[in-house]
Amino acid sequence: MLEVKNLDVYHGWVQALRGVSFNVSKGEIVAIIGANGAGKSTLLGALAGLYRPQKGEILLKGKPVAGKPPEYMVRQGVSLAPERREIFNTLTVLDNLLLGAYHRYRAGKKEVIMDIEKTLELFPALKGREDHPAGTLSGGLQQMLAIGRGLMARPGLLLLDEPSTGLAPLVVREIMSTLANLKKTGVTIILVEQNTVAALKVAGRALVMERGQIVLSGSAKEIMGNPGVQQAYLGRTRMA
Amino acid sequence: MKHKNILLTVAFFLVAFLLPLFVKAPYQLHILILIFIWAIIGTSWNLLGGYAGQVSFGHAAFFGLGAYSAGLLTLHYGISPWWGMALGPVVAALASLPIGVICFRLRGPYFALAMLALGEIFRIVFLNIASFTNGAKGILIMPAITSKELYYYIGLLALAVTLLTTYAIVHSKIGYYLVSIREDQDAATSLGIPTTLYKNLALLPSAFFTGLAGALYMNYVAFIDPNIVFNLTNISVMAILVVMLGGVATTWGPTVGAALYIVLGELFRTTLGSANVLVFGVLVCLIIMFLPNGIVGELDLIKRMVTRKKTSLSGGV
Repeated sequence: MLEVKNLDVYHGWVQALRGVSFNVSKGEIVAIIGANGAGKSTLLGALAGLYRPQKGEILLKGKPVAGKPPEYMVRQGVSLAPERREIFNTLTVLDNLLLGAYHRYRAGKKEVIMDIEKTLELFPALKGREDHPAGTLSGGLQQMLAIGRGLMARPGLLLLDEPSTGLAPLVVREIMSTLANLKKTGVTIILVEQNTVAALKVAGRALVMERGQIVLSGSAKEIMGNPGVQQAYLGRTRMA
Repeated sequence: MKHKNILLTVAFFLVAFLLPLFVKAPYQLHILILIFIWAIIGTSWNLLGGYAGQVSFGHAAFFGLGAYSAGLLTLHYGISPWWGMALGPVVAALASLPIGVICFRLRGPYFALAMLALGEIFRIVFLNIASFTNGAKGILIMPAITSKELYYYIGLLALAVTLLTTYAIVHSKIGYYLVSIREDQDAATSLGIPTTLYKNLALLPSAFFTGLAGALYMNYVAFIDPNIVFNLTNISVMAILVVMLGGVATTWGPTVGAALYIVLGELFRTTLGSANVLVFGVLVCLIIMFLPNGIVGELDLIKRMVTRKKTSLSGGV
């Protein structure tokens, strides 16, 4: 589904990604964990077309897409739910969802309405609030809206940037269980998270990033059991 | 449009249409014509600055281009400046294309500063190519029509067209894309919305109608020079002020703001002498502080305040 080879991305003079390579198969949930400034969000940005890589390749279903603009990536089925939610505060929940279907302007009204209903079924807490301005929703509902808006593009690859930030544990659990349900529908998900435990519970595979590089990769179980990861991200000390 | 809004709009235009039957004094008609011109400028600015969130400090460039298109037609070719009413908006809109391509590479305050510089560039260029523009001497034309009623109706028609067009844009899909860009450009980009394209699509009609106001101004006032029509403080900044007073991102806000700006400005000028600018400035600060969304934007708050006052008065009796 997705092949990333030797990806280098710079922010001005600062190199944010250094030779990043990994593969993602269809229907997988891959978690990317790492500390602040490790390059996780930059990696998602590059995959979504927001940052132009200086070196390397991104192959989506075998097609080279590195450096293509975001509108092209959305048309190819790549949808990003950005960090800090970034919903449109003054617009209603319904308008936010409709904007998520921007590139599907050729789709019939019926089809889009059906997708809105599906999204609301996935996030029942949003039901009955369709006419509410998105800015008046709680943090958890805003996050659900941001993911729902991303799903309105009917993506093959959904990129989620820290969906648990600033949310209560119960809400995080609800969002993660929704992601697990989404996996059943065949959507491939790349999940960038600082909440390592939550991410590793829902993901099949995980990559650990440090200073713009992937330093560790494997199944979620392997990563969870790795002593270095336990010490650095899970708050557990090494057994003597 | 909701029923109530349709009724109010029809009532406004009906009253405005019949007003010259009762208001005959040239000064009062002059004030109304100026309100129309400023309402057109404000409504045009509002489309780009209010809905799309691209704060332009350079709308004088489009106003000046509209005015000069009409003036130069007469100066060089002896063609009636009325044709400028057709040419001016087109010239302003065409000029907005390269301007948009260049300036929309910038965001936020950098865009605002680039637009500010742009208005000044036009002013300086039009001052210096005197062989073509008459420079600081300006362009004086002999108006073919002196009837204020006619200017009034032309101004009213131009305002109606501007309001209807911007209303149609804002309430179409494009309007939603513009608001999404204002709310969060990065999020809009990540949804695949081509933000630069839509910002240009907002600038185009915005420049067109500002150019229309400029051409109308040339015809009505019959004299322009670069320091008047490309003026930063008197045109570009006032365009923003009119919208802030009336209500940013509202249909009627700029018209209400224009009425306030012109009527209060004239009132203070005739009653307060040289202190008028100071008092006007203080009043503007108070309105912005207590009604940050403008008169139309805070209509509910104003209604609540009035009702509370009435209730407390009746309670006290």
